[in-house]
Amino acid sequence: MTTTEQRQIRVLIAKPGLDGHDRGAKVVARALRDSGMEVIYTGIRQTPEMIAEAALQEDVDVVGLSILSGAHMELFPRVVEALKARGVSDVVLFAGGIIPEEDVAALRALGFRGIFRPGASTQEIVEFVRASVEPRE
Amino acid sequence: MTVDELAEGVLRGDRRLLARAMTLVENRTPRGRHLLRLLYPHSGRAHTVGVTGSAGSGKSTLTGALTHELRRRGKTVGIIAVDPTSPFTSGAILGDRIRMQDLTGDHDVFMRSVATRGSLGGLSEAVADLMCVLDAAGKDVVIVETVGAGQDEVEVARTAQTTVLVLTPGTGDDIQAMKAGIMEIADILVVNKADLPGADTLLGHLRALLMLNRAEGWQVPVQRAIASREEGVVELADAIEQRRRFLETSGALETARRERARHQLLAAMRSALIRRAVGESEGVSRLEEAVERVASREIDPHTAAEELIEQVRER
Ligand SMILES: Nc1nc2c(ncn2[C@@H]2O[C@H](COP(=O)(O)OP(=O)(O)O)[C@@H](O)[C@H]2O)c(=O)[nH]1
Ligand SMILES: [Mg+2]
Repeated sequence: MTTTEQRQIRVLIAKPGLDGHDRGAKVVARALRDSGMEVIYTGIRQTPEMIAEAALQEDVDVVGLSILSGAHMELFPRVVEALKARGVSDVVLFAGGIIPEEDVAALRALGFRGIFRPGASTQEIVEFVRASVEPRE
Repeated sequence: MTVDELAEGVLRGDRRLLARAMTLVENRTPRGRHLLRLLYPHSGRAHTVGVTGSAGSGKSTLTGALTHELRRRGKTVGIIAVDPTSPFTSGAILGDRIRMQDLTGDHDVFMRSVATRGSLGGLSEAVADLMCVLDAAGKDVVIVETVGAGQDEVEVARTAQTTVLVLTPGTGDDIQAMKAGIMEIADILVVNKADLPGADTLLGHLRALLMLNRAEGWQVPVQRAIASREEGVVELADAIEQRRRFLETSGALETARRERARHQLLAAMRSALIRRAVGESEGVSRLEEAVERVASREIDPHTAAEELIEQVRER
């Protein structure tokens, strides 16, 4: 905290599912850190329950899910469910990774406000996060 | 949500509201201070344990394994894991959950990652307040993990009733710890990564050092652990329980309580003063102006501080 009671943006970056590559997730985590945010990084192979519980305990403003395995249409709704079950309804959700164009609309309907497909820059993600976090106390 | 509702939620064990409460307290908002006022009378039950040591020594792994053991003993656990904020960007990557993944499903464990946030007020003060919230929420044991590098971390360790210092073989850790004065504040020494060469040498070295008893009469145990295999955690949990009993029976708990109260009170006064003098946005420029004048030797730091405080009184 710099001086007074400035709000720190906190972001959870998580990797649901079984694929073991987290290079992309780490790159995003670092970019967010470098832009002044606090990034909770939970590592690979997270269940939807683990992600939702971490989001709850860490009281994050934003949850970013990274996925390469193609299981997003199966896993992302379960993350949304697990968040809802815990009463975590006010986090901003975004997703990154290998997500085909045809799934974008369905993910938006699920509540994902940002969807970053291969080729998206970390700068875009940083700007999205910053813009989508409303000032809270 | 009112502060009263939040406090009630914390006391009733609502995890969502506990998380929200911790944010308010961590951000040091007026609401956070109000909340703390309501929760403080409900705290004081938990045994607070600091786990400190250099980066990569296995503190998070050990904390996770220890928490499993405490849960087997029926204790509820709160964890605060502190990692440094980048001095350049004010951002941080907080990765301690990676080593405590399997605790996430247990609703009697609450874990929070905290960045140091190079603040004007002390880190130790913020952490003490967060510990108080978890304590009021009914956690039996509250563990604080910090990287034992500087004065700040030593201060944090001081706010815990029991400090566990984690050292690893072959790193010169023991020498570093002695230099930093961390050795003096350790109540339990753990040589982690005892699967690596040099563990016995380090254990022997530490035991020899500790022949010099401490005044308060607590014999500092030197233990070995392989946190990644959950080895040595039964012994560690035992030592922590013994420490608690020692504190209770020797009267040291009372003494320490008063000492901590004094320490926290002075720290709170210090930051209240700082907040009033240079807290608001015009205060920042006032501070920067004074910094310039002190840096250029136009004025000495004591006089500059007096001037800043004087302005508070006038307002
Ligand atoms: N060989 C060995 N490695 C360990 C042991 N405990 C932890 N580690 C590893 O040490 C690394 C750092 O552990 P971590 O708990 O994150 O350390 P921290 O930075 O002190 O919190 C990880 O790769 C752990 O798997 C141990 O007893 N033996
Ligand atoms: Mg750690």
